[in-house]
Amino acid sequence: MNAPTRNEALGAFLEQDYVAGFETRLETDTVPKGLSEDVIRTISARKGEPEWLLDWRLEAYRHWLTMTPPLWAAVQFPPVDFQDIVYYSAPKSKTDGPKSLDEVDPELLRTFEKLGVPLHERARLAGVAVDAVFDSVSVATTFKKELGEHGIVFCSFSEAVKEHPALVRQYLGTVVPPGDNFYAALNSAVFSDGSFVFIPKGVKCPMELSTYFRINARDTGQFERTLIIAEEGASVSYLEGCTAPMRDENQLHAAVVELIALDDAKIKYSTVQNWYPGDKDGKGGIYNFVTKRGDCRGARSHISWTQVETGSAITWKYPSVILRGDDSVGDFHSVALTNNLQQADTGTKMIHMGRNTRSTILSKGISAGRGSNTFRGLVRVTPKAEGARNYTQCDSLLIGDRCAAHTFPTIEVRHPTAHVEHEATTSRIGEDQLFYAMQRGISAEDAVSMIVNGFCREVFKELPMEFAVEAQKLLGVSLEGSVG
Amino acid sequence: MLKINNLHAAVDGKAILMGLNLEVGSGEVHAIMGPNGSGKSTLAQVLAGRDSFTVTDGSVDWDGTDLLALPAEERARAGLFLAFQYPVEIPGVSNAYFLKAAVNAVRRHRGLPEYDAMDFLARVKAEMKAVGMKEEFLYRSVNEGFSGGEKKRNEVLQMALLEPRLAVLDETDSGLDIDALKIVAEGVNRLRSPERSMIVITHYQRLLDYIVPDKVHVLSQGRIVRSGGRELALELEAHGYGWIDADGKAAAAASGARS
Ligand SMILES: Nc1ncnc2c1ncn2[C@@H]1O[C@H](COP(=O)(O)OP(=O)(O)OP(=O)(O)O)[C@@H](O)[C@H]1O
Ligand SMILES: [Mg+2]
Repeated sequence: MNAPTRNEALGAFLEQDYVAGFETRLETDTVPKGLSEDVIRTISARKGEPEWLLDWRLEAYRHWLTMTPPLWAAVQFPPVDFQDIVYYSAPKSKTDGPKSLDEVDPELLRTFEKLGVPLHERARLAGVAVDAVFDSVSVATTFKKELGEHGIVFCSFSEAVKEHPALVRQYLGTVVPPGDNFYAALNSAVFSDGSFVFIPKGVKCPMELSTYFRINARDTGQFERTLIIAEEGASVSYLEGCTAPMRDENQLHAAVVELIALDDAKIKYSTVQNWYPGDKDGKGGIYNFVTKRGDCRGARSHISWTQVETGSAITWKYPSVILRGDDSVGDFHSVALTNNLQQADTGTKMIHMGRNTRSTILSKGISAGRGSNTFRGLVRVTPKAEGARNYTQCDSLLIGDRCAAHTFPTIEVRHPTAHVEHEATTSRIGEDQLFYAMQRGISAEDAVSMIVNGFCREVFKELPMEFAVEAQKLLGVSLEGSVG
Repeated sequence: MLKINNLHAAVDGKAILMGLNLEVGSGEVHAIMGPNGSGKSTLAQVLAGRDSFTVTDGSVDWDGTDLLALPAEERARAGLFLAFQYPVEIPGVSNAYFLKAAVNAVRRHRGLPEYDAMDFLARVKAEMKAVGMKEEFLYRSVNEGFSGGEKKRNEVLQMALLEPRLAVLDETDSGLDIDALKIVAEGVNRLRSPERSMIVITHYQRLLDYIVPDKVHVLSQGRIVRSGGRELALELEAHGYGWIDADGKAAAAASGARS
């Protein structure tokens, strides 16, 4: 007599699969598993790096050996065996690196095509310049010429080391020092590639810059390094997307991103992270242990982080801003979704050092299934930061009753004129909301994505238009698991 | 034609509807009155398919369909509309977006072309004017921060847009000022038609001055204990529910004595 229940309908909708989970078969040039000074020398040699960079890596490695993995995050996983990881894997090609798109393995291009990465002419249409990093190396950078006319450098990190060594040497490690934390030290020792962006004085980058990261090879860690520099009065909007094939083993991703904004410069960094989250029982998935930090080095500079985190088995990530310049501004807008057995411990640090610095933190955590979602925020106002202001809003949305959300805000104020506000809410997608929508003829799945998207709207509107659409779709697909 | 036969329903193991019988013919408007907690909203939600209520016995036939076999959204698409006693807030979802999704879901089901943004706006604005809602309500989140009366108008707006075959209005008149009451009643009266049935739940016979029902029922302790015409509402207003006992039996004597 009874009709199928709403929860059954929801469950069916939520059990959608990870769509980026295919594997590409390619010949690769892979360094054997394990980490040692020799491995680092090999990586550096393969990449034809200058002496100073090898020394920099080795110093980071020696520092790393003295460190232990951080245990304070609210995430649980068996210890990672750092000797069981491949630290360098590159698709094989005839020459050292592809000189143009024509030299890139077509199989690789097809992979990015499947993922909707707009390489080739599609890039032109979309007006987005793309750098694509596959396992450890950067495979193509589109639009190089047009950007070059503005004096903008947008290339793989390896290429930057060759073509713009002075710039790399001047800025590398100045925001996230090699010994900053365990994973940053590891990354500094073994980073394989990443993106490099330089926007010269007064230039407004005429298009969105975008990098897609993909982990393909088995047992491979991805350790990319991104460095973005906006000189005085320059501005740029940068987007990063990530996927990985479905695998039973956990894979490590330990990236470092450094942003530097000089006087009046603006950097907007957006991430749509969809690393493989593992299956329903928590098997496999990416460990996403990332250090991202921006330095508002100049007066009136502005750094803005926007992230949509739907993937990874474990996310450990706190994109932060050091507000050094007077009147500088830092923003953090985040949507983090955990489903099934996913765990996310994410948040931000806003370090107010300059006068009249302002920061905004807007965090939206969504937990479904047995997911665990933690927001960890630090707002620090140092003794010189007269007139500093922060506004923090942290909202959690729970779907079902087996998931968890936690909020750990830390506020340290050392100047009497500081103004710091914090608001937090927790709500549950109510059975009453679903019933109300369904009573109007709207299906359960449409109702859930409508409610979730409504919850995330303030963050989505910070994303570049085309990626906001992508992020919405991704949320729908990522709500895999059961409810109630 | 809606035929409710011996309906029993429970929530959290607690029996609330206990053998309810009711027939509402096509084009008829029936009013249901009854004390607080007697099960009026429960009946409304069971008809609409809320699955936190368990139907333990009985049947509901709706124009030859087994209503209870359909999931909530299919009942809605087939033309069952419930104006909620407590309309639900959905933060972050604009009323316009919600209404358009609802109207198009229903139109799709009925084989009608979906509205595009322009057609939808034209239609919704006309309907809003009729229920006296300002356009700004399109761009606010669904029911969020709406006053009690604004929420009720929003329900009537949705009813007008969705053009139901069976509308159940659960205390849509509660919390309305006298002008709003007239507007809502007009909205309901505009929708009266030979193929559309309505069940109007109310505590105030005053509403029935505006929406004149074909029949009035008293629901008490999970059953219809008394049915009559328009005059039953007036008697209830005069004497209260104490006048009818749980079985509805002593009523005749009491009624004779007092009127
Ligand atoms: N989820 C629930 N758990 C327990 N009891 C419930 C639940 N929902 C409803 N009830 C009870 O069922 C009974 C009927 O409630 P219902 O809302 O149908 O009454 P009503 O006739 O609409 O009352 P009112 O005139 O006050 O709106 C009440 O005693 C109520 O407390
Ligand atoms: Mg009620």
